[in-house]
Amino acid sequence: MPASPSRPPVCVHGLRKAYSDVVAVDGLDLDVRAGECFGLLGPNGAGKTTTIEICEGLTAQDAGTVELLGLRWETDASELRQRLGVQLQETQLSEKLTVDETLRLFRSFYRQGPSVSEVIAMVQLEEKRNSRVGGLSGGQKQRLAMACALVGDPDLLFLDEPTTGLDPQARRQVWDLIERFKGEGRNVILTTHYMDEAERLCDRVAVMDHGKIIALGTPRELIASIGAEHMVEFSVAEGSSLVDLAALERLDGVRVARCENGGYAMQVSELHRAVAALFDELAGRRIPLTELRTHSATLEDVFVSLTGRHLRDE
Amino acid sequence: MSEGTALVETREMRPAAESRPFIEHSLVQLTLVRFREFWREPEAVFWVFVFPILLTTGLGIAFRNRPADVVRVGAVGPQLAGALRGNKSLAVETLDRAAGEQALRAGRIVLLAVTGADGAVTYRYDDTNPEGRNAKLLVDRTVQHAAGAHDPVAASDDFVREPGSRYIDFLVPGLLGMNLMGSGIWGLGFAIVDARRKKLLKRLIASPMPRSQYLLSFLLARLVMLYIEVAALIGFGAWVFGVPVRGNLFELALLCLLSSLSFSALGLLIASRVQTIEGASGLMNFVMLPMWIFSGVFFSADRFPNALQPFVRALPLTAVIDALRAHILRGVSLSQLGPQLAIISGWLVVCFFTALKLFRWR
Repeated sequence: MPASPSRPPVCVHGLRKAYSDVVAVDGLDLDVRAGECFGLLGPNGAGKTTTIEICEGLTAQDAGTVELLGLRWETDASELRQRLGVQLQETQLSEKLTVDETLRLFRSFYRQGPSVSEVIAMVQLEEKRNSRVGGLSGGQKQRLAMACALVGDPDLLFLDEPTTGLDPQARRQVWDLIERFKGEGRNVILTTHYMDEAERLCDRVAVMDHGKIIALGTPRELIASIGAEHMVEFSVAEGSSLVDLAALERLDGVRVARCENGGYAMQVSELHRAVAALFDELAGRRIPLTELRTHSATLEDVFVSLTGRHLRDE
Repeated sequence: MSEGTALVETREMRPAAESRPFIEHSLVQLTLVRFREFWREPEAVFWVFVFPILLTTGLGIAFRNRPADVVRVGAVGPQLAGALRGNKSLAVETLDRAAGEQALRAGRIVLLAVTGADGAVTYRYDDTNPEGRNAKLLVDRTVQHAAGAHDPVAASDDFVREPGSRYIDFLVPGLLGMNLMGSGIWGLGFAIVDARRKKLLKRLIASPMPRSQYLLSFLLARLVMLYIEVAALIGFGAWVFGVPVRGNLFELALLCLLSSLSFSALGLLIASRVQTIEGASGLMNFVMLPMWIFSGVFFSADRFPNALQPFVRALPLTAVIDALRAHILRGVSLSQLGPQLAIISGWLVVCFFTALKLFRWR
């Protein structure tokens, strides 16, 4: 059920939360549009989980306002809990219960929603229906956690790192599930530190660092904002003379060059001209090239160009 | 009117939940989860149901009342031994001095009688051991009578061996109290701390689960398990050892319920903030250990010195066991157990409200 464009389903303004030793969220503003899948992308410790837990009503903010579906936690907590679907990062559901019993329990908390069988079918756990939670694989547990979030037919779904720690196949299954939910025109907010996940699932992404949003837009806009469509990474033989970064940046089609992990990385707008120019430059200086990689620019590169660090540096 | 409010109104026109079947109510589901988690944990079932019965059996056999309980003594010299054999309550061994000392140290005999060169008899025994003192009285009396002593006052015996006054009768209410404490404190404390540790509590409060129902589900589950526990232990005691239940069963049920609630409240208080299982079990042992020692499970709490009595009496388990013994063995009605009930209720109220104040869901 999409809300009208005049009133976004999620409005967060001036959000602040400090713990004794660190400011986790530092003046954050966020508007999520109706029917949107919105991503909070950032490294560990960027404040993603604190932000999402404030939105979920689990943590009280120090300052700022949160309005979800036109409701506020201060006055409409029980109504909000009925209408939000929540999947937390570290929840371990009771291992001694079966899939069916777990969902029956969660279903009993909501006044309306799909039947337990329907939810089990939605997350494709039919064959595991009567298995104990303790015997499920990581991916199956995660889909069960998603089922617990979907069992109340939520208008707004919060997913905190939904695929962290899953193998590639299990990740794709969770992605399919999120895409189907999205396809029904409902709102999803997810946090992730996987740039491929954000690129694939999110209509818009907020890049977070140190409790602030440092960039906001569609994945395509964000990538375009660094002004380069491709990345070129190369290494040279050990012992050869250093490559001059300024010289690299003067090459045809190269925007920015920097040293990285013992090699070099360049943001490039025209790949074919830049690579040809690089070969000429290195040949002219008699520096042997040992490794060369190119790829299209990603959200990872956006983060690196904004902060000089990688998403998973920690 | 804002769009947000309109959304709420549309929502409320969807089918209401009030028509759902009984089994799908959240309190019923939460309570079912309690049972499932308990029955699927074989260790928990063992400690709650099997262990007390094993303990009753073991202690019942060890301390059974033997019809002719003989006292094992040693005598140095055949003459003395012959005199002692005249008393059927004594099992007499004839030993030399060294072997006698050895047997005494090993606990095979409790007293060694030695005749000196002048004909005087010396008794070697541990005067702090009641059995030793008992043996001394018996042996001395036998020796004096054999030498021609007479009782100035005529006396005869009239034995009391009815159920209700044996050690096993004393023990069963004690074990019942201990079991109520254990299952109340562990049952609530562990489950809650475990759920907190797994962030399950956090997940639950992110859902619309009515928070009071979470707690209530523990109490409802206790209520059912409590009566299975009580019936198993009392039934076993009555069937195997003939332990009597002289009080009114309805009052016994009330007393057990109040006791169990009181211990559950203590368990809730212990679990109100602890984050780890290790922390919880340390705290639980810290709370329960004094009660295992002082509250008179295996022997009367009256044995502790007077200076300790106010502390011993204030412990909830002491009050529970006193009340259970009075009720089960002597048929004392609840109306006469005011002081004990007041202590149990006091603990219930104080622990419960403190726990509610301290409780953290995460």
